[in-house]
Amino acid sequence: MGRKILTGLVTVPGIRSFPVYRGEGGYMSVEKALCEMTPIDIIKEVTKSGLRGRGGAGFPTGLKWSFLDRKPDKPHYLVCNADESEPGTFKDRFLMENMPHLLIEGLIISSFALGANTCYIYVRGEFKYIIGLLNKAIREAYENKFLGENILGTGYSLDIFVHPGAGAYICGEETALLESLKGKRGNPRIKPPFPAYKGLYDCPTVVNNVETIATVGPIIIMGGEEYASIGKGKSTGTKLISACGNINNPGVYEIELGLPVEDFIYSQEYCGGIRDGKRLKAVVAGGSSVPVLPADLILSTPQGQKRLITFESMQEGGFDSGTMLGSGGFIVYNEDQCMVRNTWNFTRFYRHESCGQCSPCREGTGWMEKVLYRIEHGKGKVSDIDLLVSVANKIEGNTICPLGDAAAWPVASAIRHFRHEFEYHIEHPEICNRMDHGKLIEQPAASIKYR
Amino acid sequence: MVKVTIDNISIEVEDGTMILEAARKIGGKIVPPAMCYYSKLKKTGGKCRTCLVKVAESSSRDPRPMPKLVASCSTPVQDGMVVQNITSKEVLDARKAIVEFLLINHPLDCPVCDQAGECDLQDLSFLHGVMATRYEEGRREYPAIDIGSYIKLHMNRCIHCYRCVFVADQLTDQRVHGMFYRSDSMEISTYIQNVVDNDFSGNVIDACPVGALTDRTFRFKSRVWFLKPIDAHRECNKCCGKVTAWMFGNEIYRITGRKDQWGEVEEFICNECRFERKEIKDWFIEGPRKIKRQSVISANKYEKLLKPNQK
Repeated sequence: MGRKILTGLVTVPGIRSFPVYRGEGGYMSVEKALCEMTPIDIIKEVTKSGLRGRGGAGFPTGLKWSFLDRKPDKPHYLVCNADESEPGTFKDRFLMENMPHLLIEGLIISSFALGANTCYIYVRGEFKYIIGLLNKAIREAYENKFLGENILGTGYSLDIFVHPGAGAYICGEETALLESLKGKRGNPRIKPPFPAYKGLYDCPTVVNNVETIATVGPIIIMGGEEYASIGKGKSTGTKLISACGNINNPGVYEIELGLPVEDFIYSQEYCGGIRDGKRLKAVVAGGSSVPVLPADLILSTPQGQKRLITFESMQEGGFDSGTMLGSGGFIVYNEDQCMVRNTWNFTRFYRHESCGQCSPCREGTGWMEKVLYRIEHGKGKVSDIDLLVSVANKIEGNTICPLGDAAAWPVASAIRHFRHEFEYHIEHPEICNRMDHGKLIEQPAASIKYR
Repeated sequence: MVKVTIDNISIEVEDGTMILEAARKIGGKIVPPAMCYYSKLKKTGGKCRTCLVKVAESSSRDPRPMPKLVASCSTPVQDGMVVQNITSKEVLDARKAIVEFLLINHPLDCPVCDQAGECDLQDLSFLHGVMATRYEEGRREYPAIDIGSYIKLHMNRCIHCYRCVFVADQLTDQRVHGMFYRSDSMEISTYIQNVVDNDFSGNVIDACPVGALTDRTFRFKSRVWFLKPIDAHRECNKCCGKVTAWMFGNEIYRITGRKDQWGEVEEFICNECRFERKEIKDWFIEGPRKIKRQSVISANKYEKLLKPNQK
């Protein structure tokens, strides 16, 4: 039973409302941070905790905050990235839905640490009801003097605004998010300059994920060292994992980093094993954009050790036999799922969501989608598989933002690990008419190991 | 001043110069091609990715290489930077891939395209492209539309370089056209059948690297390589009045801005000069314009001419 730092209070009835949350010890961290600590102390504490960005890249938060250009001539901004739209990831939604005050608490402390007097929450446009929830929680915080002018008599003022996006995946990329927040088209721009120097309205800006910011409050309460004692190696603390697919208990789970993947998938406390007694075929471990791994490689590293849910262990084996923790969206496939269909579906998503400004991503995602559509619908050719690998390799690394990489990795990894399924589609076009054709694909014994 | 080495050639440039600009100062074959970057406009570049280069050493202080290929048009130089362009196979492979990506949805209707002969994409694919295509799917298709009385928009040919958007943003007081939708269905269009109509709108034709925006007063009149580019000027109260007149015999077929060796106009000109002054009496003729880069235009025209005293 791991510690529940973020979701410990979720089961308390009425935790969304301010009085209940305050009664359970909420906003204590704000009092501690604003009255007893200096901004430098807070950043030191967060650096000590080893907290890493929970949005996908895993960049150390304390380090990111220390990059902020602290010249006093321009205002600083904190932007909370709540544009969670990665297929398979729904942890931020859970957090904002159930613990909106935890997020606001973290925002107040982080803004104080960064010297920001204005803070924006960029919420994905589809989360309409969450915008209402957040606004209600912010109103309550204003009424109780935790927001607005002169918070707790410290002379520090903060305003939080909720900004709904218009439903574009690309606006989760930080520079695109800032462009969109300014009211422009959500196109990522070229870095450098990084947002820490030139971000929102050309002022120094920090963009953090919802979960990262929500973790700041508990870190202040428990102290950075104690937080760092949870977890394994450089992956400290707890992480929300959203699990979906063919498992018995889909949902959002808070785990201590360092939990073995096998325990996570099979234990009753978490996913509860594969549904209907089927066998595990593959797992996408960090939202749709990370490489897919077959069962034997996700459960153990190439060296034969157990694969743990940490940033490092997931990457073990590089791109040949590793993946990434990413945003923590576990998509679990059983033996009946067709990997070609799955890859096509992901690519369809990336084709639709590419912003279209740089050529490799704009043309490449469309090309891959068209080829995968043909293969999936029984019109593929043998040369198409190598073509897909070649196109994916040419997109990767040549684009402005990471969306190009995110579009290329699922295709490249699916072909690397499940090439026989692509070949089977091409050799047996007759099976492709059936929706459940994943069952019909004959798996060569040597190429795949079910668990 | 900082020192930068591009393909083993060192040059000193001012701090803050982009790698591409530094390479252009050196000149020759080491200049990365650019489809979206336009030095006369601000904030352009970074989109087409044809100018990708490898930074082997970031600076003399931090000699680590940059992890990815970078867009040379939007990466500032640092002191002691070592850049590889044509000496790196990785760069040439990436460039080949980009050309392939740009061409998969380009109609390749060069035989009927007005831009042929002065088209940046044509030059680029000739230099870096592959001879055959691996793309078998359908290409994007749009109807050609008129945006204003002078400009025709062929969205089929567009490579989404954003140059025309920046021209409208930075030269005119109101932009009525822009990029719509996203991913590969992205298109340039005007907002609800608006008409692009202002004194400098014609410059989008010069800025367009392909034949997506063409001059309606010149369409299908002639091929550019049959015309003689002549420098001419006139008194104009809106612009500098310095243009290139494209002549056939004694007739002016079209007027464009004076393009330099990188295919960029030296100075932007107004619509009156461009579209409405096509009589030879309107212009003071300066002399033939030498066009180096687009060889097909100047082929057999000026190179073999001898000066009178040369014999």
